[in-house]
Amino acid sequence: MIYFDNAATSFPKPASMVEAMVHYQQEIGASPGRSGHQLAVLAARLLYDAREMVAEMFHADDPLRVVFCLNVTEALNLALRGLLKPGDHVVTTSMEHNSVMRPLRDLEMGGVELSVVKCAPDGSLNLLDFEQAIRPNTTLFVVNRGSNVTGTIQPVREIGKIARNHNILLLTDEAQTAGAYPVDMLEDQIDLLAFTGHKALFGPMGTGGLIIGSRVPLNDWKPLKSGGTGSASEREYHPHFLPDMFESGTPNTIGIAGLLAGMRWIQECGIESIREHELSLIHHALAGLHEIPGITICASSDFENQLATFSFNVDGMLPSEVGERLDRDYGILCRVGLHCAPAAHHTVGTFPVGTVRFSMSAMNTRQEVDTALKAVKELAEEARRR
Amino acid sequence: MKTETVLLVHSTTHAIHFEKQFSLAGIACQMAPVPRQLSSDCGVCVRFASADRPRVQAIVDESRIEIQALIDLV
Repeated sequence: MIYFDNAATSFPKPASMVEAMVHYQQEIGASPGRSGHQLAVLAARLLYDAREMVAEMFHADDPLRVVFCLNVTEALNLALRGLLKPGDHVVTTSMEHNSVMRPLRDLEMGGVELSVVKCAPDGSLNLLDFEQAIRPNTTLFVVNRGSNVTGTIQPVREIGKIARNHNILLLTDEAQTAGAYPVDMLEDQIDLLAFTGHKALFGPMGTGGLIIGSRVPLNDWKPLKSGGTGSASEREYHPHFLPDMFESGTPNTIGIAGLLAGMRWIQECGIESIREHELSLIHHALAGLHEIPGITICASSDFENQLATFSFNVDGMLPSEVGERLDRDYGILCRVGLHCAPAAHHTVGTFPVGTVRFSMSAMNTRQEVDTALKAVKELAEEARRR
Repeated sequence: MKTETVLLVHSTTHAIHFEKQFSLAGIACQMAPVPRQLSSDCGVCVRFASADRPRVQAIVDESRIEIQALIDLV
C-alpha cells in the first residue's frame, strides 16, 4: 500500500511518537497544572518541553506564548474570532483553506470587511496586488503559506515586510508547512502562527496550536472558551495571561507527548534534509507526470516554491474514478475532490469537479513515486481508449 | 532561622518555566505544592534556599512574568 494522503494527515508516524504516547499513559498519566504531586509535575514539564520545542522549531522568542489547541482550525478560529472586530478590514488570498475562509465569511456577516486577493492559476500570489488591497482600516493579513491543493508556497517573508510597513498584523496558516519547510517567525515577521500537529510535525490528531507574537494585543482578546486552568483557582473570573487564558480544560497531554516526540524526530532528521528529500520526490513525480499524455498538473510553476503536495487530473476520467481505481487496483491512497478549499479550486480552474491530490511526506520513497507514475499512466491510457 | 523561600506564581506553566531558568543558573530548587497557609491556589510553587533569593529575584525581574510573591518560610 502507498500512502499519498499526508496533506490530510501524515502516516505512518515515527515509532518514537507512538512510544512516547504509550510511555505517558503508562508512566505519567496525571493532569498537568492541576496538582502538585510528582506525576502532575512530570506532566507539566512535558507540556513545557513541548512549548519550548515549538518555539525553537518556528524561531519564536517566548515558549509561554505558545498556546496548544485541538488543531490548526481551532488555532485559526481563536485568532480570527478573538481579534477581529466589526469595521476591521482583513486581506487574505484566494488559496485559503475553509479553515480560514469560513470563519472569515462568518465574521464578514458580522461587519468585518474582507478582501480576497486572487492568485494566479498556479497558486502564486502577486505581492503588488496584495499590497494594493490594503485600506486605512486593515488590521490583519491572513496567508496560507503552503497550499493543500497545489502545494504552492507563498512569499511570507515579503508579506511580513509589507505588514510591518503598514502596521498590520500577519497571521499565517502553517497547516501544510510546519515540519516540512523552514519557518522562522521572527525573520518572517509573523505575529500569529497557526500550526497543526498531525501532519508534517508527525504528532497525533488532536494537537496543534497558535504562537502569539509580542506585537499582538491581549487586552481586548476574548477567549473562545473559559473554565478551569489550574491557575488563579480562587477566582470565578477567567485569568488573562498566556498560555492559561486560551487553554481551559484538561489539555491533550498524551497527544502533546506524541507531538513532542514527532518534533524531536524531525529535529533529528533536520528540516532541511526532510525538505531536500521531499523536493527530490516532487521533482521526480512532476517530471514523470509531465511525460504522460492526457494529464493536467496543478502545481506551482516554480519548483523551489513547491511542497510535496500537488494535484492533477486525467483527461476523460473524473477525479473520483481515478481515486477509486488507484485505491482499489493499485493500493495507492490519495484524496480527490475539493480538499475543503473551494476558493483554491476556483483559482486553479478546477471547481467544482476538483482534482486528484498526491501528498507525500518524509516517509515516502522514490520507488513509491515510480509505482504511482506507472499506475497513473495506465489509467490515462485507459481513459484515452474510451 | 530562615532557610527556604518559595516563589508563588499564577500558573503551573510559570512555575515550570522558573524551575528551568533556576536550574540553568545553577540554583538548586524544587517544585512543591503551594503551602495552604500561603495561598488557596491549587497549583505548585518553586522552593529554594533563601540564600539564593537575590539571584532568583534577578531572574524573575528579567522574565517579565508577573509573580504572586516570594515568601521566606520560617
